[in-house]
Amino acid sequence: MRTFSTAGAPHTAPATDVRRVMLLVLLALLPGVLAHLHYFGPGVLVQIAIALAAAHALEAAMLRARGAPMQRFLLDGSAAVAAVLFALCIPPLAPWWITVVGMLAAIVFAKHLYGGIGHNLFNPAMVAFAVVLVCFPFEMSQWLPPRPLAGHAIGLVDALRAIFLGELPAGLGWDAVAGATPLETVRHMSSEGRTLTEIRADPLFGDFGGRGWEWIANWYAIGGLFLLLTRVITWHVPVAVLGTTILLTLPFHLLDPDFHPFPLQHVFSGALVLGAFFIATDPVTGCSTPRGRLIFGAGVAVLTLAIRRWGAYPDGVAFAVLLMNCAAPLIDRYSAPRIFGRPK
Amino acid sequence: MCVGARMGSIGVTRVYNARMRLHNFPGGLKLDPKKSVSTVRPLHVCPLPDEIVLPLAQHAGLAAEPVVAVGDEVLAGQLLARAAPGLSAPVHASTSGRIKAIEPRPVARAPFADETCIVIEPDGRDAWRRLPPIAHPLNAPAESLIERIHEAGVVGLGGAVFPTAEKISVPRELLIVNGAECEPYIACDDSLIRARPHSVIYGARIAARILDAKRIIIAVEDHMEVAYTALSRTLARELAESDRTPADPGTRPGSTLHFEEDAEGALERPIPVDLVKVHTRYPEGGERQLIKVLTGMEVPSGGLPRDIGVASINVGTAAAICAAVVHGEPLTSRVVTVSGAGIAEPRNFEVRLGTPIEHLVAAAGGYTDRAARLLLGGPMMGLALPHDRFPVTKSSNCVLALPADELRDHTAEMPCIRCMACVPVCPARLMPQELHRHIVARDWKATERIGLFDCIECGCCDLVCPSHIALVDWFRHAKAELRHRRDEDRRAVAARERFEARQQRLQRQHAEREARQQARKEQLASPEGVAEAIARARARKGQAT
Repeated sequence: MRTFSTAGAPHTAPATDVRRVMLLVLLALLPGVLAHLHYFGPGVLVQIAIALAAAHALEAAMLRARGAPMQRFLLDGSAAVAAVLFALCIPPLAPWWITVVGMLAAIVFAKHLYGGIGHNLFNPAMVAFAVVLVCFPFEMSQWLPPRPLAGHAIGLVDALRAIFLGELPAGLGWDAVAGATPLETVRHMSSEGRTLTEIRADPLFGDFGGRGWEWIANWYAIGGLFLLLTRVITWHVPVAVLGTTILLTLPFHLLDPDFHPFPLQHVFSGALVLGAFFIATDPVTGCSTPRGRLIFGAGVAVLTLAIRRWGAYPDGVAFAVLLMNCAAPLIDRYSAPRIFGRPK
Repeated sequence: MCVGARMGSIGVTRVYNARMRLHNFPGGLKLDPKKSVSTVRPLHVCPLPDEIVLPLAQHAGLAAEPVVAVGDEVLAGQLLARAAPGLSAPVHASTSGRIKAIEPRPVARAPFADETCIVIEPDGRDAWRRLPPIAHPLNAPAESLIERIHEAGVVGLGGAVFPTAEKISVPRELLIVNGAECEPYIACDDSLIRARPHSVIYGARIAARILDAKRIIIAVEDHMEVAYTALSRTLARELAESDRTPADPGTRPGSTLHFEEDAEGALERPIPVDLVKVHTRYPEGGERQLIKVLTGMEVPSGGLPRDIGVASINVGTAAAICAAVVHGEPLTSRVVTVSGAGIAEPRNFEVRLGTPIEHLVAAAGGYTDRAARLLLGGPMMGLALPHDRFPVTKSSNCVLALPADELRDHTAEMPCIRCMACVPVCPARLMPQELHRHIVARDWKATERIGLFDCIECGCCDLVCPSHIALVDWFRHAKAELRHRRDEDRRAVAARERFEARQQRLQRQHAEREARQQARKEQLASPEGVAEAIARARARKGQAT
């Protein structure tokens, strides 16, 4: 007689794990990061580095405080994804403590105080973004003009000095370095009664959205397609976000093209593409049924457009995602698929 | 391949391999079939062991009742234990020898408690005692066929071991013969079809005759080329022979040629058979999934295939029906796959029931150094055995020894990240992550509402879970917990009802007593009543004296 150890079925090993999923997400962000680097300079790399360091330090501290196994959770990749997403959303030369405060909000408050990975109600990166946007509106408005428009090149050393010491290269002031984002420009100029044709004559605009911004969005979309192919995300959320945006803005644009931007300008402005593929697709805080994900994505699009149109902030993806996070459990409950063999 | 022919003598066009429109079942996974690990070697008969151990409960329902005593000499095929009244099946000797013991032995069924078994010491002759064959089975009355299938101890060999006689006792439109064994490694059905395609088809025809079915569908998976060819050749030959001359099937056991005769002796058309290849997608061989694929119909939740006019039997069951009816052989053996990297020479065996797994593994060359886990069944739904001293029973389809690198690491569990990977793979269209959440929260009501008992425990959700949560383990435990609670509830309800009935009875008796006393008081209150009472008392006295 020979004895064996036993365990419950199934016995086959699962094909994937959480760390692999998170690494695929980081990999999918790479094209967008490189595009960001190209158009806005090395500031973004410094921000990513600060965010990663702060996120993991806070993650380790919280894991220790909660008595959770360090080895299993510290490098599961979820903190890294939140950190990189946040760093991509803030102005590249924002002071270092903005990023640290953001990570404090993301890792400590949004993630661990809710019970750690898998238990958070709100998307940590978006909580962080919303917190710093509300608390530090001035610092958060200091965006750079994209590369072809910037009259100066900011190198890595300049970026480090600006971020850590608040010192700009000699002869340059913040007024010269920073400027409004395309969405802010649209909001500002249309409030002055200018038509979109006039607004879009500004060199800040490219073919669809903002110059540079639209290309970064393209690279995010390519990363998003990679996530679709590797089945890290399903098609539901991106299709719902982008489809709703286009369908909802098209009639308004056709009725009055002078005051309502055309659909692709909405798509390629701000964080909509990033949001559609990387933020609204966050599994933990989103919906978990196929129909629920369609509703969730449509909700994000509607709220984003509403905030862009009527809200106090130029872009609304973060707030839209956070609001839909609140609705996700309810949507899940009422969008469950019909169980096999149950009446239709 | 499409084999069609016109039946000249009857003038009916019959298409055997119809290009049927197949449907999809929800969920499922594409798994590497790994059947060839064992099917590279031909089917062998497993040699006689030193001891045969036959549990009395090898089937769904009640345990059989022994009719032999220790010390009796028995023959192969001889009845050892008769079916208990109700849902049950008899147990027969799988070889000739002496009854060594009737005692509790470990059986391969969780929680591995000892159950009563009849132990035979084989005499090595393997001498048989068969039942009389039934002549002209396709013209025989359905009752006599059902009776034979019952007394031969035939049960569903696909795994559920439901007594077949009970299963096919209700008429059905469609008979599905399930040759889609979707779990990796398991190839017992494949091997059986390759070796005995006639028996499978003929057994199916007998079952269809009993069910009064209008149509038979035999389904195999698209990678089972050899088995498919064997079946289609048999069907084609059947067709060709029927064109030449209608022969008497009863004189040629195992032949697939058979016609039904009506009252005037004229030939009726045989029941059409469709041989279908289905796409290999686990868990396609699940009864509900296969019915959906072949008919587009869903078996109602909590219901049975009979609710939608379908019967589904395993190919092994069909062959067992044929053996019982045509050859008079009770179910005493089955095909078992012995496979996995932990087995020296994986292959399929025809195994006498009651053969210890230890002996079966030795017949397959023994274990390799890599054997880390022993499974009864496949890697997805199989039962992990603590040791190899269990007997093969009617439900044992596969003995699998897997190496450590093919096993999941149960210590690597992470919290659920609600990624929904489990939702699109669930064949029952459940939301496993929600079930898990409610079970962890011990919210039993919600757990049942969102379909815990619709879970077929196929394990697809476990396999795609990035957090490595043992979802099916949770579901199994929750089902056990809920069943336990239901039992307790039922007991509590019964106790309450008993108590209330007693209270009512006491109350009623009390009220009746009150009413009687009241009536007597009223009687005595009136003068006529008093006179009557005196008269009654006198009469009594008069009688006494």
